[in-house]
Order: sequence, then C-alpha cells, then structure tokens
Amino acid sequence: MNVSAKAEEILEALWIAVEEQGENAAHLSTLGVGPDDEALAELQRRTFVEVRGDRVYLRKEGRPEARMTVRRHRLAERLMMDIFDVKGGAGNAKACELEHLLHEGVGTKICTLLNHPTTCPHGNPIPPGKCCEDAKRHGEVGVVALTELKPGQTGEIAYLSTDEPKKMQKLMSMGVLPGTALVLNQTFPSYIFKVGHSQFAVDQDLAREIFVRKT
Amino acid sequence: MKSESTPSAKDLPKVILVGNPNVGKSVLFNVLTGAYTTVSNYPGTSVEISLGQCDIEGRKFEVIDTPGMYSLMPITEEERVARTILLEQHPYAVVHVIDARNLDRMLPMTVQLIEAGLPVVLVVNIMDEAERLGMKIDIDLLQEKLGVPVVGAVMARRQGLARLQEILKDYDASRHAVFGYAADLEQDIKGVASCLKGDYRLSPRALALLLLQRDEEIESLVESTEKENFTAVRAAVNEVVFERRTDLHLRISLERKRVCKGLLDGVIHQSESGTLAWTERLSQITMNPWTGVPFLLLILYFGLYKFVGGFGAGTVVDFLEGVLFEEHINPWIMGLGERYLVWEWLYELLVGEYGVLTLGVRYAVALVLPIVGTFFLAFSLIEDTGYFPRLAMLVDRVFKRIGLNGRAVIPIVLGFGCDTMATMVTRTLETTRERVISTILLALAIPCSAQLGVILGLLSGVPGALLVWTLCIVLIFLLIGWLAARVMPGEQPMFYMEIPPLRLPQFRNVMVKTLTRMQSYFIEIFPLFILASVLLWAGKMSGVLEKIVASLHPVMSLLGLPNQASAAFIFGFFRRDFGAAGLYDLQTSGLLTPVQLTVAAVTLTLFVPCIAQFLMMKKERGWRVSLSILVFVSILAFTSGALLNRFLLMTGLLS
Ligand SMILES: [Zn+2]
Ligand SMILES: [Zn+2]
Repeated sequence: MNVSAKAEEILEALWIAVEEQGENAAHLSTLGVGPDDEALAELQRRTFVEVRGDRVYLRKEGRPEARMTVRRHRLAERLMMDIFDVKGGAGNAKACELEHLLHEGVGTKICTLLNHPTTCPHGNPIPPGKCCEDAKRHGEVGVVALTELKPGQTGEIAYLSTDEPKKMQKLMSMGVLPGTALVLNQTFPSYIFKVGHSQFAVDQDLAREIFVRKT
Repeated sequence: MKSESTPSAKDLPKVILVGNPNVGKSVLFNVLTGAYTTVSNYPGTSVEISLGQCDIEGRKFEVIDTPGMYSLMPITEEERVARTILLEQHPYAVVHVIDARNLDRMLPMTVQLIEAGLPVVLVVNIMDEAERLGMKIDIDLLQEKLGVPVVGAVMARRQGLARLQEILKDYDASRHAVFGYAADLEQDIKGVASCLKGDYRLSPRALALLLLQRDEEIESLVESTEKENFTAVRAAVNEVVFERRTDLHLRISLERKRVCKGLLDGVIHQSESGTLAWTERLSQITMNPWTGVPFLLLILYFGLYKFVGGFGAGTVVDFLEGVLFEEHINPWIMGLGERYLVWEWLYELLVGEYGVLTLGVRYAVALVLPIVGTFFLAFSLIEDTGYFPRLAMLVDRVFKRIGLNGRAVIPIVLGFGCDTMATMVTRTLETTRERVISTILLALAIPCSAQLGVILGLLSGVPGALLVWTLCIVLIFLLIGWLAARVMPGEQPMFYMEIPPLRLPQFRNVMVKTLTRMQSYFIEIFPLFILASVLLWAGKMSGVLEKIVASLHPVMSLLGLPNQASAAFIFGFFRRDFGAAGLYDLQTSGLLTPVQLTVAAVTLTLFVPCIAQFLMMKKERGWRVSLSILVFVSILAFTSGALLNRFLLMTGLLS
C-alpha cells in the first residue's frame, strides 16, 4: 500500500535534508510536523523513520520510498514547467499536487516522455528510476532540444516546437526541416549548426525549440 | 528608380534574377550587364535593387537583380520586395541562381517558381566549390527532370555565361513540368485553385498554395481581383486550413522536399573527398569568441582606425583640406571675392567665415567625403567577405541585453559611417521596439565616420583622453540600451541567421557598392551642407547666432568649457562633424586643457544628432518619437558631460 500524501511530503523533506544537505537527521520543525502527527506515526509504524526527541532519522528501510518520492516530485516539476508551461509558484504548487499521482506506471511513462531527465527545473538531481537505468543500458536516446547536444554531435531534426508560424516558416524555408541531418558546431555565444553544406546561427531560445534525435 | 532607366528600357524584355542571399547572384548580374548598372532603393522601401542592361547578339534585355529570398512566401522586407517584382513585372525569364553545394536545400524554391508558371532558368552556381567538396552534379539529368533549362556555372570565372546567354537569347517558356504532391494534398490544392476565376501573373496552383499558407498580400490581391467570388475562395481556403490545422505548413514543406528528393535522385554523386578549405578554418576563428573578439579588434584597428582614421581622415583630408583648399582653392576664390563681391553680405555668404564655398563646399568635399568614402569602401569590402553574419552571432548575447538582436549589428556598424543612412536601415529590423531602440542608440552613442575622424585626430594627441572617451561612449551605449530595453515593452527579439561561407570579395562588386553609397550620401547630404552654411551665415549677419551662442554660455560653464566652445555645439546641430571640427579650431589655438577637450568630445559625440539624421528620424519614426529622442539625447549629453567634468577634476585624471 502507498503511504499517505502527507507522509510522502515528510519523506521528501527528510531525503533532501539527509541526502542532499548532508545532515544526519531533520528537526521536527523543519519538517513542519508535531511530535504526534498522524503521518509521522504512520511512517514510524512502517519503520521508515525513527524519532528521537525532536529529531527525525531516516531508516534504511525508508530510503527507497523516500528516494522515489523525491523523484516523483521532481518529475512532476519537469512535467509542469516543460510541458504544461506552468512556471514559478503556480508550477511548484501544481507539482506538489501532481506528484502523489505519479505512482508506478504513470511515473515511468512520464519519465520516458520527458526523455529521462536528470535534473529538475531548479537544477536538483532527479534520482534515476528503473526506466532510466534500462534506457541507459540499451543506449536509447530520445528526442532532445538542440541545446542538449554537444559541439561536434550530430542529430536528425525531429520536430520544431515554436508556436510562432512565421518563425517556423523561416526555419523551414532555410532548410531546417524534420528528417534532415544536422551537425552542431558551436554552442557559444550562439548555437551554430550545419545542415547540408550550409551553416546557421540561432540563439538559445530558438535552439530550445528545435528538437533532434541524436545519431 | 524609374527616372534612371531610359524610356526604351521599359519596353525591353525583363530578365529577373532571384535566389537565396550569398549564391553569387550579384556576380552573375555584373557579368551579364557589364558597365550599365544603377543601384537604387525599391520605391517606398530601403531595399536596394540593381538594374542593368545586357546585350546578347544584338538583342537587348533589362536585367533586374532582386534582394535575396528563401521562398515565394515572404517574411522579411527584402523577400517582400523580391516577390513584388515577380508579381508586378512581366518577366521574360526568371533566372533562379542557386549554390551547387546546397542544391537539395535550394531546389524547393525552384519547384515553387516553376509551379507558379514563371519562365524559369536554373543556374547552378559555385560548381567549383561543390567539386572541391566531392560533389558531382549531373546537370543534363536535372534539366531533363525539371523541364526547364539548367546551367552549371562558376560565374565568378564566367563559366557557364555563354550557355546562359544562348538560352536567354531565344527562350521558350511554353514547356512546363508539373510536380505532383501527395494525393490528399493535391486534391485540396486543386479545390482552392478551381475557385479562382480571375487573371493572375502566378498560376492558380501557386496562388492556392500561398492562400493556404495564409499569405496576406496574396489574399488581398485575390480579394481585389475576385470581387464577389472571393467569399467562395475564402470558404474553400478556410475549410482546408481548419482540416489541416495541425501541420499544413510542415506538410507542404515536406512534400516539396520529397519532390526535390525524387528530382535529385541520381543527379548528385557525393564522394568522401571533401577537404577543409582555409576559409573554413578562418571562419571558425571568426566565430569562436576567444579568437573572434581579437579578430574583430584587428578589423576595427586596421579597417577603421588605420584605414578610415589614418588614411581617410589623415592623409587624404590633409591633402585635400590642407594643400588643395587652404593653399590653392580658398585663396583663389577669396581673391576673386575680394575683387568682384562688393557687397559685404554677398562676400560673407559665398566666401566669408561661414561661406557656402569656403565652409560648406570645403567641409563636404575635403573633410567629409574622404572619410565617408574610405569608410564605405571598408564596409563594402567586409560586407562582401560574409563577415557581418559572423559578427552578428558574436554580439547577439550582448545585444539581447540592450533589447536588440545580433541582426542590429549591421545598422549599428553602418552608423559609424553615416548615422543618417543607418537610421534609415533600421527599417530592416523586425520589431518596432528594435527599430526605436536602435534609433536612440544611433542618435546618442554612435559617432559617424566624419565626426569620429575628427575626434580621433583631436584626442590622439592627449594621452589617455581617447581611452576615457571610448569608455564613456561604450558605457553610455550599454547603459541606455539596457534601460531602453527595460522601459520599452515588447517581445524579446529572436535571432536566426544563415552564416554564408567566407569568400574573397569581387573588386567590381565592392566598387559598385561603395560608389553607390557615396553617391546617395552625397546627393542627400551635400544640399544640407549648403543649407547649414546659409543658415549659419544668416545667423551671423543678423546677430541671432551670437545670441544663441551666448545663451549656451551657462551650459558651457557647467561643463567647465570656455565660452568659445558653445559655437562648436551650435555647429554640431548642423553637422555633427562641424561641431567636432569647431573643437579642432579651439584645440589648435591652444584654448582647451586635456580635461576640457575630453569633456567636450564626449558631450559632442552624445549631443543632438545632426539635422539630416533628425529629419531621417522624423521620417522613419514620426514627430512624437523623434522629438522625444531629441530632447532626451540633449539633456543626457549635457548631464553626462557635466558629470564627467566633475569626475575628471575630482580624480585628477588627465590633468
Ligand atoms: Zn525542483
Ligand atoms: Zn526514466
């Protein structure tokens, strides 16, 4: 059975404190719960955590669950901000609601859709799931924005995601078309890539809207 | 444009050159037309087009070189002009020039042109470079598949010219290939095309495609031609557009690409023997920020400082001004004046201190022309190497901070030649916001070559002054740009540009461009010099000038400058370089300390644009915007000058 939403929040905060901030435990007040909080009791019952005085320790048994909670939260953030385009506070709030729905299969599907992201929009690491490990083992590469390529890498243009028809037409008439092979030559100060024997320069914003399949 | 072509030229059969930028179109134009060329702006735009005539075995043709276009569907002003020419002129032949190396990428436009029912001749240019890359192109097979004449060429070496002339001599446009798209798309195109009843230059098929892609100009053209029937056309178009709302543009592009792939099947043979040419290596150097910035500084040093500043503003000006005018022309004219001009006012008007001949003509011919001329020569030379797109990508990030994008580098650089002309060129920028911001920056912080020449000459004698001046101007340029970008609402500009290969400029091409720019500069500016002289003369004779000059005295004391300097500022409005030259006089008579000189130079550089630039601003941006810029720039110039004066005196720098 899954733990409750409240308990997930606690595990998440605990993981961040212990794994990412190098503490050995978290204070009750940092977790925002009282000593006889119901969710905390639930976690103790499952032996996921241990409470000594006003400090909460993450037990070995609770680690996998905590790790997955953090993963789900950060995947939810990516989904919100990259796909639904809900940014800032609203994005964070929605991500917090959404993360509790991403169990099992759903999380895997979203992770694959997002091409197994390694960091959340705030730059914090997303603990890899089984899907990520599998993809890595099989050397799968999904579709990524041009900004994810390194100079010298090649790819095939998968799609253009710009919402401005004019810009899209411009790119297409210059020969930047889905199905065309491309080589990235340079990433700073602008993105320079070669299509056929021609070179193009685009800025970072536009490079984010050109999606390529790495080859 | 019209006035320059001879009356008979209108009746000549028209050969129109079209194609992407950087495919050697203007080289072809030059070898076709020889010496009979006029370059001018297309009516109502800032887009340059070239007209010329060619003679093939006694038959005369008018040749029109259009601005670069990527497809029949225009996005930029250049492309719009190019298409308007295709729509409005009645072409005898449309010569589509493409780059052999990018045959696959450029052929879709050939297909579009043929589809439009235009009499197309395809010139596959730059075959030599393609061969170097290991490409072999079967021109005969391509011709057979396309159904229009195809010429393989290296126009820079006149290869293929004879064949093209032979084709043009008696071109038969009746042959016509039709390229089929996928059945479903084909049906939609036919559906819309069959609704069109009017008589058009372009084929119904091409029109239908453009209508489906929501081309507004074509829409209004069809609306005015079809009249009542347009409702039916619109309904047919809207239905398809909605049905295919997810991917129509993409679908059409991909279909064209598929058609081209079929056409090129067996035409291109690519072997893996391509070598990295030295131009590629140089290109990498110019684009890598670590080597590109030093490279830019080298260009600025040799191109601007040494060639324009040293040779143009130094050697040539010294000769024209110092030797030709001071020693020969002026004494002779003044002698004549003293003998024949008995009325003092006339004497003053023609050969006096601010005389039309002694001041107006002398400044225009001896001071400004050599500087502007050498600048335009350097600019055209650099332009033809293909360096500017590289510079644009290099500065894009910095320019984004000031609300512009890399493309704006071209008007800004041109501003160092002539701000008036550069203000006009801001038209080519995509958004109003970019246009206004670049207009402000041109008015404020970009000294034109004439002014720059004098300022460099003035300040180079004082150690450190040039550095302080440069820092001040760069700082204010960035600061005001940054503020303007924050204050002015509007979307962030996007940057995308094709980077053409670097190439050696063609001598003739560079000369034609330089002379054209100098000519239009002279036609536009020369009358203003004369006008300025007359106004100054009238001011002097009536005593108004003295009053205005006196009214600036408090401002001068604020800047810590001697009262005589106010004359330089008044002149500055008539021509920015007049002002700088006024300082030159003060400097040579030893009236300025290094601090005063620097403060005056900075203030003058920032100060009000010259009359010509102001009028151009008014024309481009309207009264409200241009007057606001005028007031803003004046206040900012004097404030910065006063602050700089305090700062320099306090820190004891330069003194
Ligand atoms: Zn996050
Ligand atoms: Zn995954």
